[in-house]
Amino acid sequence: MSGRILDIASNTFREAVRDRVLYNLIAFALLMSGAAILVGQISIGIERLVVINLGLTAVSLFGIVIAIFIGIGLVSKEIDKRTLYTVLSRPVQRWEFIIGKFFGLAGTLVVNAFFMSVGVFAALFYVSRHFQTSDGWVLVALYFIILQFLIITALALLFSSFSSPLLSAVFAFALFVIGTFAEDLRGFAGLTKGIVRWLATGAAYLVPNFSALNVISSVAHEQPVAGQLILSNTAYTLVYASMALCGAVLIFEHRNLK
Amino acid sequence: MTAIDILGLEKTYSVGFWRKKPRCALRPLHLQVEEGEIFGFLGPNGAGKTTTLKLLMGLVYPTAGSAKILGMEINDPRMKAQIGFLPEQPYFYDYLTAGELLNYYGQLSGVAPKERSRKVREVLERVGLPDVMRVQLRKFSKGMLQRVGIAQAILHDPRIVFLDEPMSGLDPMGRREVRDLMEQLKQEGKTVFFSTHILSDAEALCDRVAIIHLGELRSVGAVADLTSSVEGKIELIWHGNQVPAAMKALGADCHVSGDTVRAVLLEGNQDAALEALRREPLRIISLIPVRTSLEEYFVRQVQPSQAVAGVTK
Amino acid sequence: MSPSWRITITASVLLVACLTGSVLLLRGIDRERSAATLEEVLYISSPTLLKRMSLGYDGLLADVYWTRAVQYFGDKLIRGSEHFDLLAPLLEITTTLDPHLLVAYEYGSNFLAPKIPGGAGQPQRAIKLAEFGIRNNPNQWHLYYDLGFIYYMELGDYANAEQAFADGAKVPNAHQVMRIMAAKMAEHAGNIQTARLMWVTTYQTTLDPNVKSNAVAHLNALQVDEDVTSLEGLVSHYCETMGHLPQSFSDLAAANMLRSVPVDPLGHTYKLMPDGRVEVRVPDDLPFIEKGTPIGYIPPRMPKLPPVK
Repeated sequence: MSGRILDIASNTFREAVRDRVLYNLIAFALLMSGAAILVGQISIGIERLVVINLGLTAVSLFGIVIAIFIGIGLVSKEIDKRTLYTVLSRPVQRWEFIIGKFFGLAGTLVVNAFFMSVGVFAALFYVSRHFQTSDGWVLVALYFIILQFLIITALALLFSSFSSPLLSAVFAFALFVIGTFAEDLRGFAGLTKGIVRWLATGAAYLVPNFSALNVISSVAHEQPVAGQLILSNTAYTLVYASMALCGAVLIFEHRNLK
Repeated sequence: MTAIDILGLEKTYSVGFWRKKPRCALRPLHLQVEEGEIFGFLGPNGAGKTTTLKLLMGLVYPTAGSAKILGMEINDPRMKAQIGFLPEQPYFYDYLTAGELLNYYGQLSGVAPKERSRKVREVLERVGLPDVMRVQLRKFSKGMLQRVGIAQAILHDPRIVFLDEPMSGLDPMGRREVRDLMEQLKQEGKTVFFSTHILSDAEALCDRVAIIHLGELRSVGAVADLTSSVEGKIELIWHGNQVPAAMKALGADCHVSGDTVRAVLLEGNQDAALEALRREPLRIISLIPVRTSLEEYFVRQVQPSQAVAGVTK
Repeated sequence: MSPSWRITITASVLLVACLTGSVLLLRGIDRERSAATLEEVLYISSPTLLKRMSLGYDGLLADVYWTRAVQYFGDKLIRGSEHFDLLAPLLEITTTLDPHLLVAYEYGSNFLAPKIPGGAGQPQRAIKLAEFGIRNNPNQWHLYYDLGFIYYMELGDYANAEQAFADGAKVPNAHQVMRIMAAKMAEHAGNIQTARLMWVTTYQTTLDPNVKSNAVAHLNALQVDEDVTSLEGLVSHYCETMGHLPQSFSDLAAANMLRSVPVDPLGHTYKLMPDGRVEVRVPDDLPFIEKGTPIGYIPPRMPKLPPVK
């Protein structure tokens, strides 16, 4: 069983790579090099700040975009093109297909983020000529960004299991934006009353909590990240992504394929 | 044992924005297919052939009824390991090469890693594509895709092979090869269940056929039995170029070519025809029965249902 | 031939479990992060830069900042900490992003100006904020009120207070209290009645629960100060008449000086000490009182405001 999931995952990875997804790394590399050189010239004492802010934001945004654009098609494309027929007529269970697709895309994003991280650290070295201990926190920020990818991938897969690519992209992107303000949404909900409060609070807790996963600013200011937060965020991502995947599995299991 | 056992399988789709208009794609279907036979599932386009196959593959859930393949449930992985499926006008991951695709399918079907590359090569040769292991599928023609489709259906040596319109997209040579392949599969003891609307293929290959139209099963049986139920004809060939008047009176369909005449008439008029020729006298060259073609039988089954068409709405 | 019920049940159960888990984890994360969120917010502490970066969505961003401010200083997670130093930049950023967010100026006068621990102790900054508000919203009478309030309450600058109230009274649709207040500044500024009127006005003209709560606390304190003064006055009158201190309030009642046992605004009875002083029973519940506290009493770091209704 797990062998089949791995097979589906590696096939999904292969599809992403051959779809020239990794070419985005070129754009990223150009961006980072340009920024590093520019900042190095100006040299106003905040080079590290700019490089870290820009680099990590770029890693995050590029990855989210890729996650959404590939994720929304993971299931719907296979249904439309009917490549799914020859897969499901084999001893592959529908849920294995979903989980395999998830790991395939997640793996692609992790590999992508890895190469980007190398770029960020290279740019950092270029502008400041040395590494500091506080740079270690950049790795934590990157880890959190990868956790964000896992959540968005699971959500995109969930939408892909029942919705057209266009709608899925809109939903996923909307959830990303709202999730970035999730803490504030909970704050807003706390200020309302009555039935609105129930609905708002419900929505605020349902939305993915990207605010806690975004430590780019604090890391850029060389603030440490609490170990407790790392644990909580990891647990939260596992639980939230599993929830979305369960939803995808349920929907896909009950679908009549066209 | 019964290879495929279909018990009252039924599928109704709810169409329309508010899902109010039901469209019956398949009326309750009862059908058994024995192991080792080549079974043809015939019908015009839109008859419900593909729906039936999708129900058997577990791609679509029935509104009612059930089916068992090799005695096992439809979503049983053990059962799926023993069947192969070629969908209609298949489309494959076009970023993969033929070799990679078949290897992937082999993995999913549980073919042992040691044997996989060998089996992939063998099956590609068997379907007439020996040199395409490293060619990307996006470069394949329709006929080549069809062959790859057949390859992936038989790669893992299944007991039953389900083929939806296997001849589609193939030129006459290709169709001949596929017919030969299906015969070979039968020789190997496999069951072949295929759907088609090309009756000559079915006539040549099948042990038994089922005819389906507008979601309803019209008839099932061996080809010979079905066609013989239609009143037979005989073919009479004689020397000369005269057609006796009596022949025409019998409603014979006569054709003169050179110095022979060929006539086709109903079997019941055989004695009267021989008498007519003997009286001339004309020298008889041959008298043989003409089998009704499956096509004729098919058309008779399908036509009366035009009146029935209103019921499904 | 139907969807696998085993998968359906497993996935459903797991989904519900994960949903519960995610909610619980979120609450934990919120608790851990509460201080952090606010500080992160101020990494870009230049209001103009922030306004430029908001790409035109400054209204929304202002609301976001404002919610964070309210959450932080309202009755939320960090009662007991002293991060009032973040209040000024928060209010400045919020009003730069949205100069028409009137409640922010109210917070300035009620929480930025007052001395620690009741506020951030930055009256000058509060004045600048109020003046910024008036420049951007010249027809909002309440902003003039906020300005006058600061001058009166925190700086004792009755002249400027009178000016502010008078200017505000000229605004069309101004509340009539503005004229009254301007007049009071001229003559009865030091009067406890004026202070009381000020707090009542604040209470009645605000929509914000935190501001209301704060006003109630101050009105209670004024009442206590009045009560204690008059009660202690009765005690010394008794002493002069009877030649000794009363043992309890019943003694005063017996001497026809009191009708019943006196009660503070929260409903607790006052205590008559042996040395003739009057004390409140639960001083922690009555922030801002200047009389009636036990000797050597140290008030808590954060004033305990009455619950927000």
